Amino acid sequence: MFNVAFFRRLAVSVLMGAAVLAGSMTTPASAELRIVIRDPNLSPMPFAVPTFVARNPAATDLANDITRVIAADLSNTGLFREIPRDAHVGRIDSFDAPIQFSDWTAINSRALITGSVLVEGDGRIVVQFRLYDVDAGAPLGEGLQFVGTADGWRRMAHKVADAAYSRITGEGPYFDSRVVFVSEVGPKDARQKRIGVMDYDGANVQYLTSSDSIVLAPRFSPDGSRIIYTGYESGFPKVTVIDVASLAKRTVGGVDQNMSFAPRFSPDGSRVVYSAEVAGNTDLYLLDIGSGSQTRLTSAPSIETAPDFSPDGSQIVFESDRSGAPQLYVMNAAGGEGTRISFGEGRYGTPVWSPRNDFIAFTKQNAGRFHIGVMRTDGSEERLLTGAFLDEGPTWAPNGRVVMFTRETAGANGAPALYTVDISGRNLQRAATPAAASDPAWGPLLR
Amino acid sequence: MKTTALLLIAALALTGCGNRLGQGGDGSGDGFGNGAGAGAGGIVAGSANDPTSVAYFQQTIGDRVLFAVDQSSLSSEAQATLAGQAQWMNSNPSYTALIEGHADEQGTRSYNLALGGRRANAVRDYLISQGVSADRLRTISYGKERPLQVCSTEACYSQNRRSVTVLAAGAGV
Repeated sequence: MFNVAFFRRLAVSVLMGAAVLAGSMTTPASAELRIVIRDPNLSPMPFAVPTFVARNPAATDLANDITRVIAADLSNTGLFREIPRDAHVGRIDSFDAPIQFSDWTAINSRALITGSVLVEGDGRIVVQFRLYDVDAGAPLGEGLQFVGTADGWRRMAHKVADAAYSRITGEGPYFDSRVVFVSEVGPKDARQKRIGVMDYDGANVQYLTSSDSIVLAPRFSPDGSRIIYTGYESGFPKVTVIDVASLAKRTVGGVDQNMSFAPRFSPDGSRVVYSAEVAGNTDLYLLDIGSGSQTRLTSAPSIETAPDFSPDGSQIVFESDRSGAPQLYVMNAAGGEGTRISFGEGRYGTPVWSPRNDFIAFTKQNAGRFHIGVMRTDGSEERLLTGAFLDEGPTWAPNGRVVMFTRETAGANGAPALYTVDISGRNLQRAATPAAASDPAWGPLLR
Repeated sequence: MKTTALLLIAALALTGCGNRLGQGGDGSGDGFGNGAGAGAGGIVAGSANDPTSVAYFQQTIGDRVLFAVDQSSLSSEAQATLAGQAQWMNSNPSYTALIEGHADEQGTRSYNLALGGRRANAVRDYLISQGVSADRLRTISYGKERPLQVCSTEACYSQNRRSVTVLAAGAGV
């Protein structure tokens, strides 16, 4: 079943009583072992992650697989650099044995991740890990233990990497998360699209819709249980909600609306803001999911579209061409005129409010190129993170420090792919997807 | 090959079946008036030189109009085409039309959907102004989802910024 990933049981507990943890501090993180993501002089921190100790023979392959996912998570951020295993001097044969820190300083490793894996008789797996500040010769934070079903092993690896990432950067975690996107096959003039969901790193892809009709811009509900998108199932573009577990679908929005599109859930999941076109004019509407009651938020002859809520749900950022070309505006979530926040050259669209409430990411089109950029929520400090023939549609990682977006190549054989970049503009990477893909939207951190 | 396909579409039209014809507006060829010459002299029923045929509407009158970048205003050339479409629809009251609005790939997905809606509605308004009953017309936007031409230069973009009037036999839309 495709939905298993959402219901894998995962229990987390703090490891107690290990001698090596005696005297360890839970806070604050060592001043030395620290990465500041926006530091312009940042160089990747060298770390070592020896293959996790298999506590029984059944755990041998899993221990290796889990270790490699942890290493990939950290390395792919561009903030960390793994020291290859064949360069290691020391060996970790027992999870609870004291660490010989000199073995790790000798290879210039600054962080060390150790762990163990046990496969229980009932098939459950137990993963333990600890993070060490090698220079300080001490653990960084407490040891953790994860217990879960075998098919959730990647999640446990992501949890370990998330803990290491968070303790060293001070930022929130994001590896244990999923992304919804549109998978695309076929020629440019007859693309077939369907909604896919995958782990943030491209693993565990599942498809939620068939390719029979066009689907656009899917987005998760805040709890990850539903996805809202624009679908042509009825023949006409309509905002549609699909339940991730049951795949039950229903359209939402008014019957008088010729087309409804560009939906997003409010942060509490109770409302949806979206665009609808009536007699050629596109405005913003707010729908209360529970009651079905609907409010029209804007009423200008211009195009108002691509709305997104602020993290507290009180404001909406959107795109309007009322000035003659698309620009970004912020308004009260109850509606109103809005205040323009984008003033640079070019056209601005698809604004998304960071879950950290510090930036708004957007698409910018200028001088024949497209960019993904960020600005403060008042429009100041605009910075462009990317530039290409066609970049569009940013979405924030749950920690608000990484943005994923669509990059489409030019020409008859042009195709879209998903890319990530961090908010400093560093570490542009193509995300793994089985086929061409567009319109990514990051889901919540999994529980 | 192309002529065969067009004749087939025209034949379907004559049977009066309720299916949409020339679905998508993309697959039925881009020839304006190139369907002539199917017969030597006489008018072949349903062919592009039969003024009551869908093929005539598509090719001789022209089923599409083009737009400038970001615009939904109708050029004089577009208005002439649409006047012909309206006249045809007024003479063939058993047909309804779905007006597709399309955009080129320069622009975000959501903005292009809205822009396609604007374009389709501009065409609808014009047909109504020429006497076509509103209840025979419906609009849909495909944004940049269904380009007709696939290159990434203005030569293709200009063909993709279009509306296409897709006829269907039968009353009501």
